[in-house]
Amino acid sequence: MQLYLPIAEVSVHTLLLLGIGGLVGLLSGMFGVGGGFLITPLLFFAGIPPAVAVATSANQIVASSFSALLAHLRRRNVDFTMGSVLLAGGLAGSALGVVIFNWMRAQGQVDLLVTLCYVVFLGSVGGLMFVESVRALIRSRRAGPPQRRSRHMKVHNLPFRMKFRVSGLYISVIPPLTVGFAVGILAAVMGVGGGFIMVPAMIYLLGMPTKVVIGTSLFQILFVSAFTTMLHATTNQTVDLVLAVLLIVGGVIGAQIGTSLGARMRAEALRVALAVLVLLVCLQLAFGLVLTPSEVYSLDVGEPL
Amino acid sequence: MRALVVLLLLICGPARAESIVLGLSAEEVAITVTFDGSELLIFGAVDRDAPPPPEPLEVIVTVSGPLTPVKVRRAARMAGIWVNTAAVEVDAAPSFYAVATSAPLNESLLHVEDLRYSITTPRAIRSVGNTISGAGAFTQALIRIREEAGAYRMDEESVDFEQQTLFRTAVELPANLIEGNYTIRIFLTREGRVIDSLETMIGVQKVGLERWLFNLSREYPPVYGLLALALAVAAGWGASAAFAFLRR
Repeated sequence: MQLYLPIAEVSVHTLLLLGIGGLVGLLSGMFGVGGGFLITPLLFFAGIPPAVAVATSANQIVASSFSALLAHLRRRNVDFTMGSVLLAGGLAGSALGVVIFNWMRAQGQVDLLVTLCYVVFLGSVGGLMFVESVRALIRSRRAGPPQRRSRHMKVHNLPFRMKFRVSGLYISVIPPLTVGFAVGILAAVMGVGGGFIMVPAMIYLLGMPTKVVIGTSLFQILFVSAFTTMLHATTNQTVDLVLAVLLIVGGVIGAQIGTSLGARMRAEALRVALAVLVLLVCLQLAFGLVLTPSEVYSLDVGEPL
Repeated sequence: MRALVVLLLLICGPARAESIVLGLSAEEVAITVTFDGSELLIFGAVDRDAPPPPEPLEVIVTVSGPLTPVKVRRAARMAGIWVNTAAVEVDAAPSFYAVATSAPLNESLLHVEDLRYSITTPRAIRSVGNTISGAGAFTQALIRIREEAGAYRMDEESVDFEQQTLFRTAVELPANLIEGNYTIRIFLTREGRVIDSLETMIGVQKVGLERWLFNLSREYPPVYGLLALALAVAAGWGASAAFAFLRR
């Protein structure tokens, strides 16, 4: 059935939107990423105007991350102390990110810069994660039980040490604050929740156990995307509720299935799968930058006269 | 008195001898949640008080959506990647434009008459003060992109014109209409010259839930934003609770 979206002002097939929501929800539950890096390009493909796609996907991420977060809460996989520290850094970072974004828009070429950001970050994060997780997978196969991955780094010994009981860490708050801040900037500039950068950063930079990482990053994503939704609704008025409801219905169901699938999979295998997915999206975007487009002209439609 | 009437008829005679009487299938188009495009039926008759000349009369119908400014950008390869390097601002282009005719356009409309009445698609787009050389390529690109999207249409010989008197045509309105007043123009032509024309409007409007949501988002943005968040949280909690219940 076709549905007319009141804010986007286009008519789109219901099943297509439910499917996009479901796919992104599945990934959200499995990997703890918000899926923003995937849902926004998918909505462009479905014919939704870019501004509406970015704003509405933030709203959909609120729903799917909340649903997945509840599932992780039941398994006690959320480190609230760590989540709050990351969030504090994240909100400050995203405020700065919005300033950077507006400055980039004033200079023109914002689409190109955002795409380049995607290619660079998805490429480097995906590549590193792929190499590391394949190595871990091979090692765990050979050596039987996986090694405890609590590597202590020098930065963890900075002042303001705090006990993160759920993660089993006793480290300085400066590294998680910095990670949250940096991810916040990127999240605002790239219009995503930032889970795909947050998750590897928590594993490799903070040394948190993989199981706790996912629940904790969902906690942080929930608040950052709620903040983004309000910002878009009040400044650009580009959140489409009908579109959001369809994506959410697909998304919450997908997230629940994803969470139980993720719980059954080995942590190393989960990381290989996420790395492959991130690299695929990166390649797709990189091809778009390099290949000759079928139409070199594009339209930027203004408000009716 | 009778002489005066005859005189008046003689004065407006050649121009006014044939005029249009118009009917529309709807007074307005309502966009509901399940809106999936619509067909607008335009019909009418030629009212004449004298036998027509032997040369055949033709009918041209145009339907135009609201005008918006459009920035047309062109990309070029720079250092291996595609970058937008040039842009032309088109002052006013219709969001939708359809032309329907009773005969092939080059037989029923002279070029000078097209210039005068702005009937064909390129004439309906207003672009003044463009100093960039080759701005025409940008306007052509705008038309090409919109034609491919089905927003600009040229349907020659799609107007039924019976016995030089009764005409009817159906213009298909696409699913992604934008709100506003749509202008319908009807031209009667003979030997390529416009004999009579008539212009009317039809309103395209969101109704019901669509209207309510749109107004709320524009008039009370914080309320709309909180509503969006509340819906998201409720849906997330509902799904989680439902799945927890199913697993038990």
